[in-house]
Amino acid sequence: MQQSNTYIIVFSAVLTIVLGLLLSGTSQVLGPMQQEAIALDKKKQILGAVISAEEIDAMTPVQVNEFYSKRIASTVVDINGKEISSGDVTAEKVEVAKFYKKPAADRQYPVYVFHAEGNPEAVESYIFPLYGAGLWDAIWGYLALETDMNTIGGITLAHAGETPGLGARITEGGVQERYVGKKVFDESGQLVAVQMMKGEGKDYSGDVHKVDGMSGATITANGVNNMLKAYLSHYEAFIKGKSSNQAVAGL
Amino acid sequence: MSAETLEKAIEKKPAEALFSKRRRKLVADPLIDDNPITIQVLGICSALAVTTQMKPTLVMAISVIFVIAMSNFVISVMRNTIPARVRIIVQLAVVATLVTLVSEVLKAFAYDMYKELSVFIGLIITNCIVMGRLEAFAMGNKPYDSLLDGLGSALGYSWIILTVAFFRELFGSGSVFGIPVYNYVSSIFGPDFSLATNGLMVSPIGAFIILGLIVWVQRTKTGYVEH
Repeated sequence: MQQSNTYIIVFSAVLTIVLGLLLSGTSQVLGPMQQEAIALDKKKQILGAVISAEEIDAMTPVQVNEFYSKRIASTVVDINGKEISSGDVTAEKVEVAKFYKKPAADRQYPVYVFHAEGNPEAVESYIFPLYGAGLWDAIWGYLALETDMNTIGGITLAHAGETPGLGARITEGGVQERYVGKKVFDESGQLVAVQMMKGEGKDYSGDVHKVDGMSGATITANGVNNMLKAYLSHYEAFIKGKSSNQAVAGL
Repeated sequence: MSAETLEKAIEKKPAEALFSKRRRKLVADPLIDDNPITIQVLGICSALAVTTQMKPTLVMAISVIFVIAMSNFVISVMRNTIPARVRIIVQLAVVATLVTLVSEVLKAFAYDMYKELSVFIGLIITNCIVMGRLEAFAMGNKPYDSLLDGLGSALGYSWIILTVAFFRELFGSGSVFGIPVYNYVSSIFGPDFSLATNGLMVSPIGAFIILGLIVWVQRTKTGYVEH
């Protein structure tokens, strides 16, 4: 049947309003739960840099939150390594992705401190967020440095849209394990970070600044390399500050 | 859908049993004889994309079942009021709303799955099966029949993608539903007996191969030939 234009317009308007209300209502109701889920996911990623994925998977959300609050302290630093955290500026609130668009000197840099239970002084490792570009979209992650401020304790990597089976493999435990035990500074104290190489299947266990690559995902690997190098250089002042403190303490 | 079901749908009687033979056929037909993936060759894109592992595939299947069944139902309820000239837009609006609902619910209650399926949930909107069933069935049939028809098509889609995912996960990652089957096999038969995973199965090519084999087996059994 052929309806009048008025009918079509009224029908469309009513449909739009009904569907719009339904969607905004859902969004309102589910919003807080979604925020919680996102916050929990972030905590899991941070913890992923220091404990294994299997351990995290075995935890319930409540346990993750508990573990996180017992073992992780956080602070925010600027490019010079100076602490700038205050009531308003906390590491959990800093969105690394947002600051990524600003010049490096103007960014806020969160630092997460993994410490022994109940004793924030007994630091086990420092966790630094990373953010950069992969092949198709953003990649990010968290890098844990041991207290010598040189050895990588672990890394978690995540991505928004890398190719499944190729670049997306950065999320796999097997790929991330390759970074464990590698060093970010050379003997003279120069920052060299860790390079993921082209090609796969070679043994880089003798080289502390190189890890085996991902076959077919060289551009994603380059993205990871650039991200690591960039963020380690942004955090260099903080890292150097910590390592000299420890050198003094050791004397 | 075959012409046969259409005719039967038209000559239906007022007091029909809840699961009459005709209605059972609405659900059963798309499972094998008129399967949306293997016979109609619709919805291939998501069948390739999400089937590397069974868990996300199951979530995808449930989402698609919800979207197809509900959109079929809703459009069928509205079918006599929808202006013919804007019907595609109306269908799209309804489907898009349902898909967004699914996506919001996943984001709140299964964030890991939401992350893993990411764009593919949104892409259910463009899944040809959804619009295909709306145009071919829901616009001309009663709500309950449309609901059953949607369920049938969605289940036909689901069992195929789950089968594909089963083989892809088993051969590609050595596990089923995340349970490391290959590791268990190695632990039973000793470390010398280790099974290698096949990287091809993780890439979309693996899905093509599995899907092709399923279509082959099915058509050999049913004798279906494309005209």
